[in-house]
Amino acid sequence: MSTTTSTTGGGGPRGGRHAPPPPFALRFLQQLWSANTVTVTVLAIVLALLVGAILIIIADPQLRTMYGYFFARPTDALGASWDRVADAYANLFRGAIVDPGVVARVIEGELPPARAFAPISETLRFATPLVFTGLAFAIAFRGGLFNIGVQGQAILGAIGAALVGFLLPLPVVLHLVAAVLAGALLGATWGFIPGFLKARTGAHEVIVTIMLNWVGLIFLGWLIVQAWVADPTRADAISRPVDESARLPRLLAWLGPGLRVDLGIVLAVLAVVAVAWLLRRATFGFELRAVGLSPDAARVAGMSVTGTYVMVMVVAGALAGLGGMTMVLGPALALTPAVIGNVGFDGILVGLLGRAKPWGVFAAALLFGALQAGGNRMQVSSGVSLELVQVIQALIVVFVAAPALVKAIFALRAARARSIAAADGGHGW
Amino acid sequence: MTAPDTVPATAAVAEPARFWTRERKAGTGLGVTGLVAAALFGALASDRPAAFTLAETTAGDTVEINGTLGAVVFGLLAAVAGAALWAPRARRWFVLLLAAGIVAVVVSFLCWQLSRSPQNVLPLGNVIRSSVIFALPLIFGGLAGTIGERSGVINIAIEGQFIMGAFFAALVATVAASVWFGIVAAAIGGLLIAALLAMLAIRFVVDQIVVGVVLIVFALGVTGFLFEQLMAPAPTRYNAPSRVPTWEVPALSDIPLVGPVLFRANIFVYLALALVVLVYVGLFHTRWGLRTRAVGEHPAAADTVGVKVLGLRYLNVLLAGAIAGVGGAYFTLLATTNFNKGMTAGLGFIALATMIFGRWNPVGVLLAAVFFGFSRALAVYLGSIGSPIPSQFLNMLPYLATIAVVAGLVGRARPPAADGKPYIKG
Repeated sequence: MSTTTSTTGGGGPRGGRHAPPPPFALRFLQQLWSANTVTVTVLAIVLALLVGAILIIIADPQLRTMYGYFFARPTDALGASWDRVADAYANLFRGAIVDPGVVARVIEGELPPARAFAPISETLRFATPLVFTGLAFAIAFRGGLFNIGVQGQAILGAIGAALVGFLLPLPVVLHLVAAVLAGALLGATWGFIPGFLKARTGAHEVIVTIMLNWVGLIFLGWLIVQAWVADPTRADAISRPVDESARLPRLLAWLGPGLRVDLGIVLAVLAVVAVAWLLRRATFGFELRAVGLSPDAARVAGMSVTGTYVMVMVVAGALAGLGGMTMVLGPALALTPAVIGNVGFDGILVGLLGRAKPWGVFAAALLFGALQAGGNRMQVSSGVSLELVQVIQALIVVFVAAPALVKAIFALRAARARSIAAADGGHGW
Repeated sequence: MTAPDTVPATAAVAEPARFWTRERKAGTGLGVTGLVAAALFGALASDRPAAFTLAETTAGDTVEINGTLGAVVFGLLAAVAGAALWAPRARRWFVLLLAAGIVAVVVSFLCWQLSRSPQNVLPLGNVIRSSVIFALPLIFGGLAGTIGERSGVINIAIEGQFIMGAFFAALVATVAASVWFGIVAAAIGGLLIAALLAMLAIRFVVDQIVVGVVLIVFALGVTGFLFEQLMAPAPTRYNAPSRVPTWEVPALSDIPLVGPVLFRANIFVYLALALVVLVYVGLFHTRWGLRTRAVGEHPAAADTVGVKVLGLRYLNVLLAGAIAGVGGAYFTLLATTNFNKGMTAGLGFIALATMIFGRWNPVGVLLAAVFFGFSRALAVYLGSIGSPIPSQFLNMLPYLATIAVVAGLVGRARPPAADGKPYIKG
């Protein structure tokens, strides 16, 4: 890494007007290394994978014994560590993007073509709810609110979508639309509560939303064992399945039955476009950003800060509810206690990694979707448990949140990388 | 458990002459709650007696009251306490009247619950004992939060410090076959997360709430990963700590009610109480405390008179991390005797609510923690005696109580002035 200092050290504007400008390639490299947002993000991913590799090595009992006699035969331990980590991360890649071995066999005609698209399909499938939950966090963040309640709002969204999905007998298209809207509505309700309490009583949204996460989870646990919800044919805690007419249609079903990517990803892209429009062009989006940047200035300018808080949380809740909806109308198809998995908490990280910008959130959701799709493959093929992906995700966000730290590690120059700072600069209670 | 001052809040804006004082708001809320309790719980209760005993078991002398009568009478008593808050010079009795009113509402609720349950005796000794036990992690967490925020650093990551503490306690206590090593290791585990928090929040000036939340995810991920890879395959080698022993103080433990709670207890109880006293004395009667509070209120002024702002913040965040880590040991060395993924269940955040409810004061933290512990103990006991309320809704009680407290009872609590604001010299 010592080369970075030398490339960035010379060739500044100080060269004077007589000196010819440095060649384009050099300037390009300089700009690349001068710690812009993309560089910091890429380096953050590299650092996170490095720490993940250390964890893989620590957790492996065979490798631990090898490190016991490290000084006698260091090549043993290092070589075996390399093999172990390389195998795990290769599987991560195969599960997330493409498996070259499978592609080769598809070309030779041994496997159906659908198999070649399976990793991408899984990545998009995992990314779908994360786009919604990431947006739910990001939009509140832009409004100066810290919405940790994405998980609870997504749970309520899943409940709403599922109840409409198996309780209401509606015709084909209408049923899906109703279920989607029910998800958004219930999520919005769960977002309204902290927004309202914040506006009226000043209760801090972090605590209220976290508590509502638990209330939502416990409520789900109660709901699915009720007679009018529970699946009568099953002994475990699971609801009746969602009707065929309310399921999100799979996009690549014509290629093969195993490709799970569905209409949800299309809805997710539409949501990104809508939120981008809202933030950029709509009056409400302007007020939201103004309140986020400085509540006092917004109030003086005649905006209703409290009203904005409530509306922001309602919109955020609706988005999170849609995220839960894509889980229950997509892969899960019935309510279980863990129906939405961790999409709410992951959405917080996605929103932070995307720097609370709509398309940034989309990119971050794709990255996390890839990590999770690949993580499943890594767990099955390399025996590295899925929690490692959670650690890597958190570390990526830690490093991205602290560009100064990444710059210190890689000795990068300049400070153009945008940090993740709260919109109003420093939260208080 | 409803927010008492949501009703008059609109009127408060309309009245310029501060007609709605704190007493009147709380009084109105309490009065309405009391009347609702009297009507609702009275209608729902049955004529069977509700019985209370001071002992830890259901045997022994009991105080009995007819269920319907009790629910109505105690509901009305709460309403009377609310009305009394309207009296002139009620300010002096505010805390007392409010507490009495809340207790009356709770008793009214209990009369309904007990008269409808197959087992209609409530052993107060038992409930108070488990209230204190459930309060323990909240005391540690609340004190950790208080120390951090008094010096201007928000420590959202208490949940992460809990889970690291719980993990390290289980691991080290099993491997070293000693709970004492486990507790020390738990402090170190909490310290690790606190060190990351301090570095990122103080040195690299990252938003403190962002760092805290991300560190929680990190801590949950690391402990979950190591649990799956290390503990799950060989639980007896890595995940089977023993429980901390109970120490009895000879004569004092025979005092009814408080004796068994405070003097037939384990190290966590003694440690929590000692820490409350230590932190209280430390914050308000030592040089360290004065400097800590100065740094939390006005760091620039403190800096001007020569206090090392950043150094003190580092020290306090690390100290808080160690305390929260010990609180994490509660989960694996007392509440259960094995580590499980995500076992802290949001208690780190309830600890933060404890800190706010306790108004950043160690003694307040203690009282608030016991209040939350009581709500949990009540939920557990009522669930065990076959209450008509589904157990899931009883389990919501601590979380709902937290929301009610944060939204209603504390009003707009005033944190230290520089809370959450990074200090950049110059």
